Amino acid sequence: MLEIENLHAGIDGNEILKGIDLTVNAGEVHAIMGPNGSGKSTLAQVLAGHPAYEVGQGRVAFEGEDLLDLEPEQRSCAGIFMAFQYPVEIHGVTNAYFLRAALNARRRCLGLDELDPVDFMDVLEQKIRAIGWDDSLMNRAVNQGFSGGEKKRNEILQMAVLEPKLAVLDETDSGLDIDALKTVAEAVNKLRRPDNATIVVTHYQRLLNFIVPDHVHVLVKGRIVKSGGKELALELESLGYDWVKGPVPIA
Amino acid sequence: MNKPLPDVKDSYLSQFKALSGNGAEGMPGWLQAIRGAAMEQFGATGFPDSGDERWRFSNMRQLTEATFSLAPADTERITRADIDPHVLASSADQCLVFVNGRFAADLSSLGGLPKGVVATSIGTATKSDLKSAERHLTKYARPGDNPFTALSTAFIVDGGFLFIPPNVVLDKPIQLLFLSVATSTPSVSHPRCLIVAEGGSAASVVEVYAGHGAGDYWTNAVTEVVVGDNARLETYRIQQESEQAHHTATTQSYQARDSVYGLTTVELGALLSRHDINAVLDGEGAECHLYGLSQLRGRQHVDHHTTIEHAKPHCNSWEYFNGIYDERSRGVFTGRIVVQPGAQQTDSKQTNNNLLLSDAARADSQPQLEIYADDVKCTHGATLGPIDEGALFYFRSRGIDAETARNLITYGFGVEILNKIGIGELRQRLDDVLHSRLDEGADRRRRRRRMKQ
Repeated sequence: MLEIENLHAGIDGNEILKGIDLTVNAGEVHAIMGPNGSGKSTLAQVLAGHPAYEVGQGRVAFEGEDLLDLEPEQRSCAGIFMAFQYPVEIHGVTNAYFLRAALNARRRCLGLDELDPVDFMDVLEQKIRAIGWDDSLMNRAVNQGFSGGEKKRNEILQMAVLEPKLAVLDETDSGLDIDALKTVAEAVNKLRRPDNATIVVTHYQRLLNFIVPDHVHVLVKGRIVKSGGKELALELESLGYDWVKGPVPIA
Repeated sequence: MNKPLPDVKDSYLSQFKALSGNGAEGMPGWLQAIRGAAMEQFGATGFPDSGDERWRFSNMRQLTEATFSLAPADTERITRADIDPHVLASSADQCLVFVNGRFAADLSSLGGLPKGVVATSIGTATKSDLKSAERHLTKYARPGDNPFTALSTAFIVDGGFLFIPPNVVLDKPIQLLFLSVATSTPSVSHPRCLIVAEGGSAASVVEVYAGHGAGDYWTNAVTEVVVGDNARLETYRIQQESEQAHHTATTQSYQARDSVYGLTTVELGALLSRHDINAVLDGEGAECHLYGLSQLRGRQHVDHHTTIEHAKPHCNSWEYFNGIYDERSRGVFTGRIVVQPGAQQTDSKQTNNNLLLSDAARADSQPQLEIYADDVKCTHGATLGPIDEGALFYFRSRGIDAETARNLITYGFGVEILNKIGIGELRQRLDDVLHSRLDEGADRRRRRRRMKQ
């Protein structure tokens, strides 16, 4: 589904990613772990197409198509979704309105008719029920005055509504208490399907107690220095990142 | 302060004398005296100049160096068809209409009001010597505080007078509509309003200032608001003058114990608009909320100068002003909060957010907190700048294209304030105006881009 080859990217002239190789297949969950400043979020932002990041060299193919040529909205259209580490507050636009605009954009891409507000509310209620939440956030302005947990929940709800092929969760667990973390993880697990894939970007092993990855990659200084199965996360937890900060890239 | 140029000053003096001989006949002595004193005050201080701190962001020379003569009272040209688009359906039978600052009885409808409620013109109220008018008129907005208030006071002829008796609750809004017709030579009107909500009453009032056709004229409006013990008054002020017009205004409110007063002010029109909002919370437990939305374009300029005075303990004030500035327009916001000694447990929050849609647009924001009590909560915040790139990316990452995203973000900025409006019909009307002006702005941007290519 996703093939990243020798990706170099950075911001403001500083190269942060220094040659990333990664392949993600449908049905898989990949965890990308690493210390602060290792380039985890840069990778997520580059995949989503944040205009401030510059790609130096390398190739990213999504379902065979060159991803780096696409505008952010075209990537969304192709089925990529990033849950933001810091979801943005939008004045005046209600969550319901925003979600409907997003879903209708997605539906246009899929060649489906747009939903009017009534039909949209039906879809939304189904989604909310499916992940076991309530609709208390729907008529508030997007992320405004939301707690940290509410913002992260809102990202996952957007993901549920948009049904992406590839979801990138950028530190969705940061700052969450254990209950909020479980709530978010359960929703992510419920949305797992054989035909979609998830990349979980995280600093902490804790989230991976609840979202069990198929593959774990350790990112240090812009390179993947170690890859392995879910047990790698536990080793990291006990030994710390210094364990993998060797000078020679392994992967 | 600058003295007005001799000819400008003379023109207002001679207009004042002429007015004393006609429009003011039948006025009670107390009002004649107040008007005379205000004229003297204006003669002594003159117009403000940009060296005055309170006026330094707004160049008032367009007003102070030109001669504006008193707008003609003839209202024959205005018909009901001209009025109707401005009148809310919910206020259709309780709407006072003024043309060029003068009461137009034949265009007004006052069938819907409960017994005891007075809704009439200031002219009628003062000539029939209503005690409630005498007790309050000119007692809050003082001529010494602001030269434009002095001029307004000197030229009190007409405007709206609303009196809600104790414990009367109005279920529909009263509307005051001020329509101005541009004349071949610059003209000015001085609509003066007084709204008194007695103890325990509840009402909402909509003031609309609109131009009939394009053209230059000047509206110099003053509204005094008195909210009695435990009364609740919501006012909405829509400034939709011609985009060549000038608008100066003061809204001066005075609140007693446990009262609630709200003002939502929407600025869309006028080339130059200066609105002073002074709210005094002078009774324990009083609460006031001020909401403002400005949406400007071209070379429009709006200056909101707000002062909230917490004079007694346990009062709350909320102030949210958003501005959307396109092309070469400019917005100024001053938010002064004064907490007097002893006004403990004050809770005050102020926010001013400005969206600049073009490189040439500009906004200035200055909070001024003066706190003389030690157990208070006062917060303020301001933002100004173009559409946030992070917000734009957030929309785009959800599949929404950049242009749609920009429109939605801008719209949300406006609607955030409009959502505070408690009258559904008014909210919807303004929502439509916001939408169409954003569309016009986008069209104008596209046209400019094409011309450049």
